[in-house]
This record gives sequence, structure tokens and C-alpha cells, in this order.
Amino acid sequence: MIKLKNICKTYMLAGQPVEAVKNVTLTINNEDIFGIIGFSGAGKSTLVRCINLLERPTSGQVLIDGKDITQFSAKELRAARRKIGMIFQHFNLMPSRTVLDNVVYALRGSGLSRAQMREKALKLLSLVEIADKAEAYPSNLSGGQKQRVAIARALANDPDILLCDEATSALDPQTTKQILSLLKKLNAEFGITIVLITHEMAAVKEICSRTAVMDHGSVIEEGETFSVFADPQAKLTKDFIATTSNLKKIHALLEDCPAAVPLNENDIVVKLTYTERSVSEPLISAVTQKFGVLLNIVFADVDIVQGAPIGGTVAVISGSREKITEAVKYLIDKNVAVEVIKGGAA
Amino acid sequence: MELLNRIIPNVMADTGRLFDSVLATLQMTVWSGAVMLVCGLTLGIVLTVTKDGGIMQQKAVYHVLDKIINICRSVPFVIFIAILLPVTKAIMGTKIGVRGVIVPLVVASVPFFARQVETALANVGHGPVEAAQSMGKSPLSIIFTVLLRESIPSIARGTTITLINLIGLTAMAGYVGAGGLGDYAITWGYNYGHYDIIWVSVLFVILIVSVIQFIGNLIAKKNTH
Repeated sequence: MIKLKNICKTYMLAGQPVEAVKNVTLTINNEDIFGIIGFSGAGKSTLVRCINLLERPTSGQVLIDGKDITQFSAKELRAARRKIGMIFQHFNLMPSRTVLDNVVYALRGSGLSRAQMREKALKLLSLVEIADKAEAYPSNLSGGQKQRVAIARALANDPDILLCDEATSALDPQTTKQILSLLKKLNAEFGITIVLITHEMAAVKEICSRTAVMDHGSVIEEGETFSVFADPQAKLTKDFIATTSNLKKIHALLEDCPAAVPLNENDIVVKLTYTERSVSEPLISAVTQKFGVLLNIVFADVDIVQGAPIGGTVAVISGSREKITEAVKYLIDKNVAVEVIKGGAA
Repeated sequence: MELLNRIIPNVMADTGRLFDSVLATLQMTVWSGAVMLVCGLTLGIVLTVTKDGGIMQQKAVYHVLDKIINICRSVPFVIFIAILLPVTKAIMGTKIGVRGVIVPLVVASVPFFARQVETALANVGHGPVEAAQSMGKSPLSIIFTVLLRESIPSIARGTTITLINLIGLTAMAGYVGAGGLGDYAITWGYNYGHYDIIWVSVLFVILIVSVIQFIGNLIAKKNTH
């Protein structure tokens, strides 16, 4: 378990103190895939570097399995780092070494013989499906292949934790998906705790079980990824989610061409979003039957996060004013967030 | 032989002198080059690791060394020969000859080479260093297995440049009677109006420089992937 307690990191930049991380307290449980998301400069890279002390926090504690590693001697810290793998946005492979030697390099000093190191390195390269490039040099690999090698290298000393600093940000969407599913596989197979720093909402949505949102050095929201997505509290979180959701488009549609959504008197346009994991009830049919209103779905965007649907539907509800109000109340009771976009007195 | 006697008569009149001069130039280059390599590499590494953000950050050490290097690089070589005379005497036991010029050659070339090394190591970038740190490698191990190893091609190029500069400096060794090709060309060639001696000296310098450049390029190429 990783526990960050009141982490602060202040830099001096041109004589001015800059607070990169402000009093962050976080708990990352074993076997979690924990996402930390934020725009550039939010302090997330600094924060993740505090976990293996590549950056020493100005104040605060970094507890790994209960031990405060900020108190470790240089030697103890090096031993602790062997159990915390890390991968980077720009891969940081050693250009003068072959793929195999890059992995072997990480194994040096582990007490294995030269042959054992080679054998283990090859095994790791097969695990990340890049064994055929063992004798190639990094300069001959694509970004995705380099990141695979970097992952193999990070896993060399059987770490309990894998830190990913913008690991997919330099990759195309297709390769990003492959690397993310590889990380997910490692988490599932080896129970390795993964901390994923990213500015891509899609990456978090894809694999993270828990998510923290960072802004200006502080964590402004944290929780299960599903809840963060389904029911964002902070404005920034909502903005972030908007970057991946198409639901916002409806506003533009209503404004730019009202003819696309013709409304009668009493009609209201609502946005229905799921905030709970269960959508097993046929809510739309239920509403139309129960209240005698008509629901015309004009737009829908549903995504799957942590195996549960998220997103929503934009619909026009027609009927008498009372019935519409009752229908909306019913939906709210069933944990559907209802946002009236246009019209009506509901 | 006949031909040589005709086109370079003054050189052929005393080939022993030419041989001695080539030997003196080679001796000066090899000895001061060897010392320079060790001292310059060490100094370049110390500069790199102690600077702000380095793996063994020691700002005071860095700033002192940085200033000393700047000062040394500003002093002309001839002045070095003069002001270092007592030091030369103390270290080498003599102020003249090839032995007498080694100390000023080293002092003049080390700061330049240290800067070359510093630039070469800086080009490795922070990424691989950070990766090695995250693997739990010690600073000493990072110096050898990351910084030096990854910068072999650039250091080879820097060494080539510095050695060739050094050969240029040895031309001034005549001031303390160390001989060498530069001295040979001026004293026996230019002063007597024996231009063939100048041309032959230049030819030999070109030869030595070419060999050094060839070796440097070869090492750089072999280590670039």
C-alpha cells in the first residue's frame, strides 16, 4: 500500500518559489490501478516522482507498506526503488544497449548470474511480446515497441508497484490501447499496483479502478473511477469528462438548428445520465407506460467504465405538464440524473 | 632518394633532426594527452554530477570549478609556459625540454577537454539517468554505466578535437627547447629560408592529425547505434 501524507513540493524557479504539489494526501491500495489525471503543469508528474523519491518532497511522508521511505538511507532507498518499477513518456531506454541488454542492465546487482539474467530478460521480453527484437537497438523500434521494452525493464526486479508517468502520451491511440491493455494484464496476472499519470481521460477510463483529479498541485477529487465519471463534483473534473463525451454536442445542436429538435408546448428536452451501475431496469419504457408521456431519444452517448455504462441520453419528453413532472421525479428516484436543457417548468 | 634529395634538400641534409622533431611532437602529444584524458574526464564528470540538478548536486563545488576552468581557458598558452615554470620545475624536475612542456600543455588542454566532456555527458539527457535512478542504481554506477557509456561517441569526438588542438599547442614548445615539428619548421625552416623544411613539417602534422581523426571517427561510429 502506498500512502502519501501531506506531500508538499516547492521549487525555486528564477528565485521564485513555485508550489508544484500542495499538501496532497492519497492512499493507493495494493493491486489498484490508480489514475492521477490533470492538465499539464498540474503537478502530477512531480507527485508520482515523490513516490520513488526521484523528487524529494519538501515536506510530508511517503509510506510504502507502512515504512516512511523519506527516512531511508541512500542504500535502503536504492533497495526500495528496485521494488518500484517506473516507465516514462519518452521511454528513457539506453540507446547504446540492445533491447535485451537494456533489460539485463536493470537486473545487474540482483545476484543472478549472467546466464540467468539473460534468461529472465528474455522471459520478460516475451511477456510484453517483443522478444523477437531482443538483439535490436532502441533506435530501430517504434514508440509502442520502446514502451514495451521499458515495461519489461521496469518489471525486471519483480516490483510490487509500477509507476507510469504519461506512459502513453507519446503514442498513437491504437498503440495506447495496446499498452493500456498490457498494463491491465500485468495488474490482473501479477497483482502489481499501478499508478498511472496521464492527461488523457480515455486512458483513465480504460483501465483505472480509482482516480484522482489534480489541479494546481492539489487533488481536487478522488474516488472510484466510475463515480468520478458518473457524478463529477469539481468543475475541472466535469471539464475533463466533457473532453471525452459527446453529450455536450446537444447544446450546440439545439442552438444552431432548432429545427432538428422540433418542440411543442410543454415539451422539455432533458439529459439523462446514469449515476449508478445498474441500468437493468427498462426505465424509458417504464416512464412512458407509467406516466403516459412520450420519450423521444434524440441523442445518446454511452461508454463503458469499469464494466458499467456511463454517459447518457438526450430525450424530448412530451405530455401534460403534470405527467412530465411526475416522470422526471420518478427518474430521479431511480438514480438517474436529470438535467433540463430546454423548455418546461419541471 | 635522388628525387627526395632534389626536392627537399634541406630536410635530407639532416634527417635525424626531422626524426627527432617528429618524435618530440609525438612524445608531447602522447604524454600530455594521456594525463589530459584522465584529468579532463574526471573534471568533466565532477562538473556534470555536481551542477544544479545533477546526481550528486554540490553547487559550491560546481561554481568554483566552473570559474577556474573559465579563467584557465582565457590564459594564452605562451603565458602558461612562463607562469607555470616553478610548478613545472617542482613536478618534473626540469623547466626545459619535452618534460618541461608537459605541465603547461596539460594545464592548457584539460579545461578545454573538461568542457567537451561536460557537453558530451549533458547530451545523454536526464531521461536515461532518471531511469537508472528509478532502478535503484547508485550515483557511481550511473556515472560509469549510463553517463560515460552513453556518451562514448561524443567523448571520442571531443578527444579528437582536443588532441588536435594539443598538437597545435606543441608548436610553441620551442620556447622551452622541447623541439617538435613546429619548432623545427620555424627554427630550421623559416629562419634559414629553407621552405622545404616547413612543407615537410606541415606534411607530418597533417599525417598525425589525420590518424587521430580517423581513430576518433572510428570509435564514434562503432559506438553509435
